[in-house]
Amino acid sequence: MKSFEFTRADDAAGAVTIAAKEKTAQQGANIRFIAGGTTLVDLMKLSVETPGQLIDINRLALDKIEPTRGGGLKIGATVRNADLANDATVKRDYSVLSQAILQGASAQLRNMATTAGNLLQRTRCVYFRDPAMPCNKREPGSGCPAITGHNRMLAVLGTSEQCIATNPSDMCVAMAALEATIHIQGPNGSRAIPIADFHLLPGATPHRETVLEPGDLITHVELPSPKVGSKQLYLKLRDRASYEFALASAAVVLEIANGSVTSARIALGGVGTKPWRSPEAESALVGQPANASNFRKAAEAAMRDAKPRSENGFKVELARRCLTHALETAAKS
Amino acid sequence: MAAIQESSTNSPIGKRTPRVDGPLKVTGKAKYTSDFHFPGLLYAVPVEATIANGRIIKLDTARAEKMPGVSAIFHRENIGKISRAVLGEGFEGITDERRPPFEDDVIRYYGQYVALAVASTFETAKAAADAVRVEYSKEKPNVDTHLKADDEPQTVATTFATLKRVQSERGDADEAFQKAPVKLDETYVTPAETQNPLELHSTTAIWDGTTLTLYESSQGVVNLQTVLAQMFGLPKENVRVITKFVGSGFGSKLFPWTHCPLAAAAARKLGKPVKLVVSRKMMFQTVGHRPRTQQRVRLGATDDGKLVSLQHDYVYTTSMLDIHHEDCGETTAFHYSVPNLHVEFGRAKRNIGATADMRGPGAVPGMYATEAAMNEMADLLKLDPVKFRVLNEPKIDESLGVPFSSRHLLECLELGTEKFGWSRRKPETGSMKRDGLTLGWGMASCAWIAARFPAEANVQLRDDGTVRVACATQDIGTGTYTILAQLAAEKTGVPLDKVEAVLGDTLLPAGPLSGGSMATGSVVPAVFSAADHAIAALMGIATKTPGSPFEKRKSDELTLRDGKVFLKEKDSAAGVPFADLLKRANVRLVTGNGKGEATFGDPKPKFSMHSYGCHFVEVTWQPEIARLRVSRVVTVIDAGRIINPLAGRNQIEGAVVMGLGMALFEQTAYDPQNGAPINASLADYIVTVNADAPQIDVHFLDYPDKELNEVGARGIGEIGLAGIAAAITAAVHHATGVRVRELPVRIEDLLA
Ligand SMILES: Cc1cc2nc3c(=O)[nH]c(=O)nc-3n(C[C@H](O)[C@H](O)[C@H](O)COP(=O)(O)OP(=O)(O)OC[C@H]3O[C@@H](n4cnc5c(N)ncnc54)[C@H](O)[C@@H]3O)c2cc1C
Ligand code: SF4
Repeated sequence: MKSFEFTRADDAAGAVTIAAKEKTAQQGANIRFIAGGTTLVDLMKLSVETPGQLIDINRLALDKIEPTRGGGLKIGATVRNADLANDATVKRDYSVLSQAILQGASAQLRNMATTAGNLLQRTRCVYFRDPAMPCNKREPGSGCPAITGHNRMLAVLGTSEQCIATNPSDMCVAMAALEATIHIQGPNGSRAIPIADFHLLPGATPHRETVLEPGDLITHVELPSPKVGSKQLYLKLRDRASYEFALASAAVVLEIANGSVTSARIALGGVGTKPWRSPEAESALVGQPANASNFRKAAEAAMRDAKPRSENGFKVELARRCLTHALETAAKS
Repeated sequence: MAAIQESSTNSPIGKRTPRVDGPLKVTGKAKYTSDFHFPGLLYAVPVEATIANGRIIKLDTARAEKMPGVSAIFHRENIGKISRAVLGEGFEGITDERRPPFEDDVIRYYGQYVALAVASTFETAKAAADAVRVEYSKEKPNVDTHLKADDEPQTVATTFATLKRVQSERGDADEAFQKAPVKLDETYVTPAETQNPLELHSTTAIWDGTTLTLYESSQGVVNLQTVLAQMFGLPKENVRVITKFVGSGFGSKLFPWTHCPLAAAAARKLGKPVKLVVSRKMMFQTVGHRPRTQQRVRLGATDDGKLVSLQHDYVYTTSMLDIHHEDCGETTAFHYSVPNLHVEFGRAKRNIGATADMRGPGAVPGMYATEAAMNEMADLLKLDPVKFRVLNEPKIDESLGVPFSSRHLLECLELGTEKFGWSRRKPETGSMKRDGLTLGWGMASCAWIAARFPAEANVQLRDDGTVRVACATQDIGTGTYTILAQLAAEKTGVPLDKVEAVLGDTLLPAGPLSGGSMATGSVVPAVFSAADHAIAALMGIATKTPGSPFEKRKSDELTLRDGKVFLKEKDSAAGVPFADLLKRANVRLVTGNGKGEATFGDPKPKFSMHSYGCHFVEVTWQPEIARLRVSRVVTVIDAGRIINPLAGRNQIEGAVVMGLGMALFEQTAYDPQNGAPINASLADYIVTVNADAPQIDVHFLDYPDKELNEVGARGIGEIGLAGIAAAITAAVHHATGVRVRELPVRIEDLLA
């Protein structure tokens, strides 16, 4: 691991000012905030990230979960994933989020991992994680060996010919279905970005993963007021029973009245280059009877644009089954 | 039926015995290899090749050498001489990767060490290793997964012996197959698997000018000592290897790997102790793996289910320079009765690190194939797979023409059938349900070699009433400390807490490898005869010391029981504690040496010696989400006398859990472009986790096999992994209707 300078930020503005000196907030940044460190330190040990300066943001008092005036929920950037998943309000009103987090990583990791860190966790693509390999995301222009190589875990939606890396987060999938908003404090003030617009598709610039600019500090995430009576479910499919990233996952928030779907918010994990909200699946469902054949149709709509590669073609059908089953189970709940 | 008999006497053999080293381990006091520290210790980090085939053109170490804290960057030109080791008598001098590190500039596999950075801290050494620039001339690596036997002569050299590729033959297998009313001809594939013990390989090397002392995580200190003596041209006694605790090995620590002489050579050059801990990624590259196998099995049977022909033709991968033999045919020739048989192997060289033993080498991939074929044949015959096996049970070992020393496979099958509830199985696929899940039931049998390595031991009886037993074998987490203590306690009658077991040091009498499930069986005669000799010395003192209560008696009138010496005709209450006899004679201790000969590799054995067993498996299947889980396993094992049922059960349960990984998850994938083991981390190489572990029900038959040793104990470390994958794939087929013949069974195989 390369040597680095470590400082503890006492106020957000100070942290932003220091970080704003950096040229990028994306891959290769020399100044990094550190929260739980479970992504960053891991990548530093692998020499995938080699920052010269770390700013510890754990003392910024961003660790609260509070109701908002509008009836929503404000989740601080450094709230631990474990605390978020076990929060009584979250379990009651946003249970899909709690379920998603608890199916991710391990208890120890969830005790360290934070809200903002989870939003910014990096892909598990094996080429990305090994500096001896070419990778457009890590070293723009070096190529993408995954497209013809080991791509079983990688994405089938939102890919480009430059990168097919999966966004591995479970939490983000649930947040996409909950329409979370991400609040950022930057050198030019604060702004709020819907989660759907926060992560970028790889396109020709896979090294740019989010809209964050130098100095941008995520302060909190806001969830809109809950859909009272909605049926929520997170289903994660993987090879083994625990401690593995999703091959396919689905987060669903359904409202059903008189046997028909009145509203549906659906997002998929494990298959997209970003947490994958599926308006296609949603519009296939809304106004339709909540039954198995419509659920399957919605799942087919969600995967219509999927582009499978040499090893990950099975994900298309797996994701369909995952979403169909999630919808069926949620509808029955 | 033989259930485990707890001896009515105070005998510790057969008693459920917690590990004698357990308290040290759970309190963190057990020192594993990388826990040892020395003044002036330096840290070494290897530089690995990032190509799999080619040549080093230029090695630029300038930047790395200038980094503060760096002691040296070693490479071919400055490391000093490292010679080759060669196989000698008595299973010594063995290396799987025969080329010493840095011998030439040729790169034959991804991750091959090309340089070594040594520095005052681990972090500096790692940064320096990363700063070394290597230029290569690169050729396309061959990591093709389709295997065709290389063009080789009919007789080939392998690690332990020169072997005929046709390893067993009787009758006319081909003709019998052609004529057989029912035929099966299928090919089964097992992937490269990486052993992945939790404890990383590591070496700490110390030179004092004449003596090389090496702390190594090793399954065979005696062999390692010989290899290092050869590599550095030293008298054997000038090399000492110490391995106090091993965080498991699964075969990967049996024989030395290249990091070990590198650390020693660096310590020699620098005159300071050097520690080298292999990284998890290197564990996939430079410390061996189970080769990929491709096995064609042809079975011919009569309509009523009698086997008439069995052909097992297999090919496995080897590295470019090495000759590890993956004996997939090890059990094929004797396990079933069949008049016509042909077993043959071939090898396919690839640009991969050396292949090596992994828990249950040979028989584990081999029995996956043969047992899977037996299950498929049973289905073709519309016969219950248990019944099919019973029908083909051999009376003798038909390959050697000798009787089995002790074989109770039929009783294993009977007990397993009963404990599992097998009679309730409905043969139609997908026909069994429970709680909305589809169930699949499958079974397979297994066998594993029983033999002994040479072994020596020393036993001391001491005047404080304690006993010390010493043997340069290893405890790789399986409970060898406890076994040694139990054996010494058995002979001397002192309680376990008065026995000190010492192992893992080449200063001790030469002990066996912790491999082949042979350590336990091998130490029995050595420890017993050592104890007998120590007891004889004690009796001499008892009868010759003036004033001794037994003065003037003859030694053979006396006996030692429960730690007391007494006249054979009296009971032990009347005995005298041996410590008192020693003290009275002013003798601090008596000592005895013992020895056991090897039986492993005996070309003309009188008996065919193996352990046997069977697995019955239940899987659950949810087609709607393509979720397959193993829910229940019943395993019955016939492994002779079980010395410690607690540790024994632990071994079988662990093997079942590992077998689940073999069947469903584990696979080392090589990048087709650059030849790297591409899933070289514990996040990407999927092994079973706790949540996957099924309900496991283990039963032991307890028939002592006195042909192997006095106790009748065979080994139990590997047998549990044989056959389990075939039982799981049969259960998968029963649940899903899908026949998978290439492991692991993946979600994508079942999605159709
Ligand atoms: C073995 C393992 C298994 C895992 N399994 C799963 C899984 O199954 N599912 C899953 O979803 N996740 C999984 N994870 C990922 C885990 O969820 C993330 O590592 C974790 O959420 C990251 O949070 P952190 O606080 O530790 O982030 P850090 O490592 O501290 O930070 C990550 C990134 O975010 C930046 N950052 C942090 N806070 C801020 C902020 N406030 N503003 C701006 N930038 C910020 C950092 O600079 C860094 O670039 C796994 C991780 C590991 C190591
Ligand atoms: S898929 Fe993306 S992350 Fe993976 S190698 Fe290609 S460019 Fe890199």
